[in-house]
Amino acid sequence: MSAASQRSRFDLVVVGASAGGVSALQALLSSLPSALALPVLVVLHLPRDRPSRIADLLDAGCPLPVREAEDKQPLQPGTVTFAPPDYHLLVEDRATLALSVDPPVLFSRPAIDPLFESAADVFGDGVLAILLTGASTDGSDGVAAVRHAGGEAWIQCPEEAYSSMMPASALAHAGADAVLPLTSICTRMKGLTR
Amino acid sequence: MNETELFDLELKLLLEAVYQRYHYDFRDYALASLRRRMRHAMARFDCPTMGALQHRLLHEPDTFAQAMQYFTVQVSEMFRDPPYFRVLREHAVPVLRTYPSIKLWIAGCSTGEEVWSLAILLHEEGLLDRAIIYATDINPEALQAAESGAFALDRLAQFSRNYLAAGGTGSLSDYYSSGYGSVVFDRRLKRNIVFADHSLATDTVFSEVHLVSCRNVLIYFQRPLQDRAIGLFHEALVHRGFLGLGSKESLQFGAHADLFEACAREQRLYRKLA
Repeated sequence: MSAASQRSRFDLVVVGASAGGVSALQALLSSLPSALALPVLVVLHLPRDRPSRIADLLDAGCPLPVREAEDKQPLQPGTVTFAPPDYHLLVEDRATLALSVDPPVLFSRPAIDPLFESAADVFGDGVLAILLTGASTDGSDGVAAVRHAGGEAWIQCPEEAYSSMMPASALAHAGADAVLPLTSICTRMKGLTR
Repeated sequence: MNETELFDLELKLLLEAVYQRYHYDFRDYALASLRRRMRHAMARFDCPTMGALQHRLLHEPDTFAQAMQYFTVQVSEMFRDPPYFRVLREHAVPVLRTYPSIKLWIAGCSTGEEVWSLAILLHEEGLLDRAIIYATDINPEALQAAESGAFALDRLAQFSRNYLAAGGTGSLSDYYSSGYGSVVFDRRLKRNIVFADHSLATDTVFSEVHLVSCRNVLIYFQRPLQDRAIGLFHEALVHRGFLGLGSKESLQFGAHADLFEACAREQRLYRKLA
């Protein structure tokens, strides 16, 4: 099994992070290849009652444009799109994003599970899900859905994560296709092609 | 056909069945959140398959009534997105003031948080007495809750913070009385509110209005249904009337983008152009 052929089969990358997630995402997004032709969707747990500057903050260090999602926005290859505060980010169909104000999941809105599950519903085995540091169990059901549909999940090593709970919970609940330190996830991201 | 395709097929059949049986039209609702909520409904009503859920919904009207909360979403708060209410005060109120009587339409008012918020805003601006607020929704239970003006006490801290951030000129507690873990808003605020059943999917325009506020409703619609709703708003609005949307909703991906101009782009307040 060649790693390159494994990686090139994806249609979409979804990423979830919580506590400690800003610096982990900084590292991850700066390692994206500028020629990446996949859409990258990100949920970072955020305070719900104020505007987020996270997309602006990470835009500077990322070779791809980093934006905050709007409802029914086209799914754009080569763009990193963040869930806005107080909305869930969802994959509506193969060409479109959607937002919702459905109730918070595990006290979070945005939450990782709805993004991962909707991505699995639409893109099936074409999904690459990456779950990073966090003090929550959000993402566990999402990773299970992605893997159930034939997609891949790469999970940050709980031992090195700023907060181990989220990756450890997902591992226990759903397993993973790879359990990696952040630097290795970044190396693999550099090799992502389409 | 894979699992997801089968699920989507069954979901489509269920929505068609609900439409034919109860005349609620969810057929053009956005799929992503609907899939998730229908999975929750299957768990809640102990149905192992979508087919089983469809059977129950068709044969048990009471179950359908309970299931409404899975078809429509009822999450809101008073003065949600305070900057929106600030721009209503700054941009819309001075224009509304020039009319001898004003009509406002809150489309998809759910359990009424925004209705009472707007009534308080108009009261503080001295406009409530010459205003009629149409508060519409498809969910009868939500409408009933909206009309009652009762909210759980533990939500009031958030509401009060929003009220102040939204430019409230008094204290939110001026407007309600509390007891037994809930508060009830002053009935005088709703003298000019008409609560009514109305569907953006199947009904037509019922009145001319000066302002439409429809926030975080269109995100649950697919684009053709969004276009239908915006078309209704355009038809209902007076010349240069106002349209307010949710903070992440936009006209730019729809068919009617050219019919409105941004009045406060960031806060999603628009005005009718022609």
